[in-house]
Amino acid sequence: MENIFTDLAALINGFLAGAPPWLQTLAMGIVYLVGVLAFIFLNAIYLIYLERKISAYMQQRIGPNRLGPHGLLQSVADAVKLLGKEDIIPRGADKWVFIIASVIIFIPAVMVYAIIPFGKGMIPVDLNIGVFYFLAVASMTTIAILMGGWGANNKYALLGSMRAVAQMVSYEIPLTFSLLGVIMLAGSLQTSQIVAAQSNVWYILLQPLAFLIYFIAATAEVNRAPFDLVEGEQELIAGPYIEYTGMRYALFYLSEYANLVSVSALAVTLFLGGWQGPWLPSWLWFLIKVYIMIFIFMWLRWTFPRIRIDHLLSFNWKVLLPLSLANILVTGVGIKIYQLLTLGRW
Amino acid sequence: MPDISTLAFWLLAAMTIAAAGAVVLLKNIVHSALYLVLTFVGVAGIYVLLQAEFLAAVQVLVYAGAVAVLIVFAVMLTRRGDIRASNLFNINYLAAAVVSLALFMVITMATGRMAWMATPGQAPASNVGAIADAFLGRFAIPFEIAAVLLLVAIVGAILLARGGKEEQ
Repeated sequence: MENIFTDLAALINGFLAGAPPWLQTLAMGIVYLVGVLAFIFLNAIYLIYLERKISAYMQQRIGPNRLGPHGLLQSVADAVKLLGKEDIIPRGADKWVFIIASVIIFIPAVMVYAIIPFGKGMIPVDLNIGVFYFLAVASMTTIAILMGGWGANNKYALLGSMRAVAQMVSYEIPLTFSLLGVIMLAGSLQTSQIVAAQSNVWYILLQPLAFLIYFIAATAEVNRAPFDLVEGEQELIAGPYIEYTGMRYALFYLSEYANLVSVSALAVTLFLGGWQGPWLPSWLWFLIKVYIMIFIFMWLRWTFPRIRIDHLLSFNWKVLLPLSLANILVTGVGIKIYQLLTLGRW
Repeated sequence: MPDISTLAFWLLAAMTIAAAGAVVLLKNIVHSALYLVLTFVGVAGIYVLLQAEFLAAVQVLVYAGAVAVLIVFAVMLTRRGDIRASNLFNINYLAAAVVSLALFMVITMATGRMAWMATPGQAPASNVGAIADAFLGRFAIPFEIAAVLLLVAIVGAILLARGGKEEQ
């Protein structure tokens, strides 16, 4: 069980034994990409089901229960329905920007998975700047949302995308700073090394404040309630996504859930010991931890009301940012004191 | 079959220059800003070819990511009614030619005088530590001065935007 996926990759690699090296690299890259895409699609489809079920339980409803046992096929039916819808492009839209935005939103959502260690030896690309790569690529999401909101040529869409820029650019800063504490402790940006460094103690115990800041900032980065001002159904009727229909709308929806999974996966990698755990296979541990994180995200979403935009921004600049800076300082001093105590030198 | 990295370089260079040309030539300022993203991503790609992954990530995070803010300002500060004619040419051809030519000459001279180091063999696997040492060690003071300069610029921009003597 433990090596089921690594064995599969080795098997595919074995077929290519005689091929030139560049072809091998290319083919394995495509194999990893297909694996990541399958992971994203399966998760997204069932996360939508999970979200509807969890929200239903929290509001004392039953939720989807018609299609398949316990409504398990509801999301599949929804996806098929979206595939069949007409692709409407508003007459006043900035046509190409509007069209391309729905594709571009998906690119960073997939690219960030490259550095996620899904299990022991199951990391698509073990970059030495792993965590930083994640942050850099994820920052491109803002532009895609802005393109969608701008291209639609609709005042609600434009307002929503303006909010998206204000919110996502601001919350990127405490998000990055909260990760610095972990990076300082691990002494590396490489996700595989950060996981390896947590074999004795998970970083959530050493960096509880950083975890909390990361969790809040990540909720804002993926535009989920209580920070879903970008969409704000009641005031902006879905914001940047308002004019999208059919598959283009589905791509936005899909990348939103892909981002939810990837920020949860990053939290697991950096704070919850990654794929490490006893008895069960490493990839199963990883999945269990990711789903615990996702459940907390959903719990938060269906418990708290939406926050106001000025509160949102002043909370970021006046609370989260100073706290994350203080956390870096305390971590740095703590590391030096620890070194002094154990090694007898700075 | 030509060397793959050479081929990638020419493709990236062509894409970067074409996108940069579009930034200048397009009449819609939002389209110009979006092509600026493509330009920055192309430059980041060239950094990756040079095995400077950290620099490439910085390029994407700081420059390409910041274009979103640029667009917001472009939208807010453009006073023209029609966004399709928001990035027009003007008639100061002569002044523009002089300034561009002077800038081009300065850049050409600077690159011409530079003694390019051809590093033998592979670049080091991780250059993050070396960059950190340079920033926080040898060049700590210039780095900090640049930070203070940026802070002054931000405070100044906020003061200008809010209006200095505005009564609350």
